[in-house]
Amino acid sequence: MKGYRAYFLNKLLWLLVTFVFAFLLNFTLPRLMPGDPVAAIVSRLAQGMSNSTGMKEVYEHYAALFGTNKPILDQFFLYVVNVLHGNFGESFSQFPRPVADIIKSSILWTIGLQFPAIIVGWIIGNALGAIAAYLKGGFDKVLLPVSIFISNLPAFGMAIILLVMFGVDLKWFPTSGGYGFDLIPNFSWNFIWSVIVHYQLPFWSIVLIAIGGQAIGMRSMSIYELNADYIKYSRFMGINDRKIIGYVFRNAMLPQVTGLALSIGTMVGGALFAEIIFSYPGLGYTLYNGILGQDYPLISGATLIITMMVLIANFAIELLYGVIDPRIKAAQAD
Amino acid sequence: MKNTLRQVLHSGKFMVGFVILLTILLVVLVYPLIIKDSPLGIIGQGTFFPPGIYVSTYDSLNAPKQYTLLLTDAAAKRIANKMSNDDRLAMKEWLVADGVPASEIDVTKTASLLDLWEKNYDPKKNIPGMIFAKVRYYQRVNTSVQGLLSTEGAIIASKNAQTGALEQASTINQSDYVNLSQVANVRVLPLGTDNFGRDVLTELIRATGVSLEIGLVAGIVATLIGLSLGLLSGYVGGMVDDVIMFFTNLFTVIPSIVLLILISFSIGQDQRGAFTIAVVIGFTSWVWTARAVRAQVVSLRNRDHVNLSKLSGHSIVHIIIYDILPYIASYVVMALILQISSAILIEAGLSILGLGPRTTEVPTLGLMMNWAMIYQAEILGKWWAYFPVLIVIALITFSMNLMNTGLDQVFNPALRD
Repeated sequence: MKGYRAYFLNKLLWLLVTFVFAFLLNFTLPRLMPGDPVAAIVSRLAQGMSNSTGMKEVYEHYAALFGTNKPILDQFFLYVVNVLHGNFGESFSQFPRPVADIIKSSILWTIGLQFPAIIVGWIIGNALGAIAAYLKGGFDKVLLPVSIFISNLPAFGMAIILLVMFGVDLKWFPTSGGYGFDLIPNFSWNFIWSVIVHYQLPFWSIVLIAIGGQAIGMRSMSIYELNADYIKYSRFMGINDRKIIGYVFRNAMLPQVTGLALSIGTMVGGALFAEIIFSYPGLGYTLYNGILGQDYPLISGATLIITMMVLIANFAIELLYGVIDPRIKAAQAD
Repeated sequence: MKNTLRQVLHSGKFMVGFVILLTILLVVLVYPLIIKDSPLGIIGQGTFFPPGIYVSTYDSLNAPKQYTLLLTDAAAKRIANKMSNDDRLAMKEWLVADGVPASEIDVTKTASLLDLWEKNYDPKKNIPGMIFAKVRYYQRVNTSVQGLLSTEGAIIASKNAQTGALEQASTINQSDYVNLSQVANVRVLPLGTDNFGRDVLTELIRATGVSLEIGLVAGIVATLIGLSLGLLSGYVGGMVDDVIMFFTNLFTVIPSIVLLILISFSIGQDQRGAFTIAVVIGFTSWVWTARAVRAQVVSLRNRDHVNLSKLSGHSIVHIIIYDILPYIASYVVMALILQISSAILIEAGLSILGLGPRTTEVPTLGLMMNWAMIYQAEILGKWWAYFPVLIVIALITFSMNLMNTGLDQVFNPALRD
C-alpha cells in the first residue's frame, strides 16, 4: 500500500501542476494577442452607439472589470482571487447573469452526458477490437474498415447523421434540447421521460465515435499480444484458449487504459460538438453560445471548467490504472 | 528503399486510400480549369435550390423551333405534378365522408383519384357536420382540379407600345416541346445551391482544395515541431529531455480544443485567414509526434552504429541526419499523414464553432458546414448543403487513415494479417 501512496502523491502533484499551467494559459493566451482586448470587446458592444462619453464609460467599466488598467501582475492576482471565489464575471450575452451561474446550470448536463457515453463507447470498442483480433477472418474484415470509417467521421458528422436519420426523418427522437421545451425541470415522470428521450441521440453519437477509435487500438494491441512469445509458449503447454484470452485481454487492456487517460481531452472536445449539434444544454452548447455572442467572460470561464473536468478525469483514470497494474506498485516499492 | 516502395505499392489498404486521395486531388485541380465560375459567386436569389437542371423559362418560350409531341401520358403526368399532397388528402377526406370506402381510395394513384372525384363530387351536396369554410375549401379544390383538367394552352401576351393594352402574341399548346439543346440558357446544378444561393458543387471543390492546403500546412508545422522536439529530447537527454517532456505531457492532458478556442477567439475575426488557422492548428497538435519520435530516438541512441558515428567525430547534426532520421523516417511520414487528416477535422470543428477562417475570401469544408448549420439545412431536409461536405471530409480522412494503416502493416510486420 505504501507504493501506491507514493504513486498517488506523484499523480496529485502532477494534477496540481497541470492545473496551474492550464490556469496560466487561460489567463495569458487572450492577453498575448496584439491590441487591447477591452477595446475590441467595447467596439463590438458599442456598435451603433454614437455617444462618445457613453462609449468611454463602457470602456472604463470593462477596463476596471478586467483590471486591464493595472500592471499585468496585479491583473493576474485579481484573476486568481476572482476565480477562487467562483467569480468569473458577468456574461455579456446574458447580461447581468453571472458566468458562474450559467456554468453551474450546464455542467451537470455535460457530466451526465459525456462521461457515461465515453465509458460505454470505450468498453464496447475494446470488446469489439479484442473479438476482431481473436476471431480474425470475416468479422475482422468487416469490423476494421467500418471502425476506421466511423472513427474518421468528424464528431459533429456522426451527430448530424443521427439527427437527420432518427430525429428528422424517422421522428423517433427530438432533435434539440435536453428536455421538452414545454416543461419546467422537476421530478415528475413526465420530465424524467422527456430527459431520457432527449438523451439518446447525443449519447449514441458520442458512443459510436468512441467505439470506432477504441476498436482499432484494441485490435492492434491484441494482435501484438497474441503473437507474443508467452502466448505461443502457453499454446504449446496446452493451456486452454479461454485462459489465454484472459491473459491477452488483460495485457492489451493496460495500454488502452493509458490511452483513455491521454485521449480523454480529445474525446471530451469531440463530445462538445454533439452537444452543439443537438443544442444539448451542457457546457459545449454554452461555449458555442458564448462564441456566437462574442461573450469573452463566458468563453474564458467555460474553457477553464472544461479543462478542469478533463484534468480531473485524467487523474481519476491514472489512479485506477495504479490499482489494476501490479507493475506500478512494484516499481514504486523499490 | 526500392524494396520498401514495392511493398508499399503492394499493400491493398494503402493503394485504396491513395487512389481515393489522388482522385480527390485530381478533381480539385482539374475542375477549376473546366468550370471557371467564382466559387463564392452568388447565382441564386433565394436559399437552398434543390439539385437539378435549371432551364430558362424565358428562353424556352423563345426557342427557335417548337416541336409538337403527342404523348398519351403527358396530361396525367402534368396533373400528378401539380396536385399537392394536401389536396390529395383533402379529396380523400371528402370522398370518405361522402361514403366511398377508404380502402378504394389511393391518394398516390392520380388517375383513379380524379376519376372518383369526378364521379362523386357535387358542390351542392351537404355533408353533415362540415363547416361552411370547409365546404368553400372543397369548392376551391374542385375549381383547381377542373383547371388542371382543361386542355387549353397558355396565352402569351405582349404590351402594345401605344395603348398599353395586352395583345395576344402566341399560344403555347400543352403538346408543345422545345429541344433542350436549343434553349440558350440551361444551368446544371448537380448539388443545388446553398443558403446564399451559391453553386454548392463549385464551392465544395474549392473548399476541398483549401481544406487540403490547411491540412498540409498544419501537418507540416506540427510534424516539424514534433520532430525537432522529439529528436532534441530523445538524443540530448538530461535536463533538455526533462523540460521538453514536461511541456509535452502538459499539452497532452490539456485539451487542445480549449487552446484552439482561446487562441482563435483572441486573434479575432479580421486576422483569421486560412493560413493563420492552419498555423494555429499546427502549433497545438505536435504533442503526439514529439512523444513518439522521442521514444524511437531513445531506443536508437545507444545502438552500435550511432556510437561508431560518435567515435568517428561526427557532429550531432550529422549523426541525427544520417544515423537517426533514416530509422524514424517511415514513422514521421505516417505521423504527417495523420496530422494532415486530423488538421482537416479540427478546421471543420473550429469553423462549426464559428471560429474558422474569415468567411469572405475562400470557402473551407468547415465553413460550408457552419453555413449549413446556421441556416438549419439539416432540420429543413436540405441534404445537398451539408451531406456532400460530410462525405468529402470523411473520404479525405478515411483515405489518409487507410494509407496510414497500410504503411503501418508494411513497416510493422507483426500487424500483418
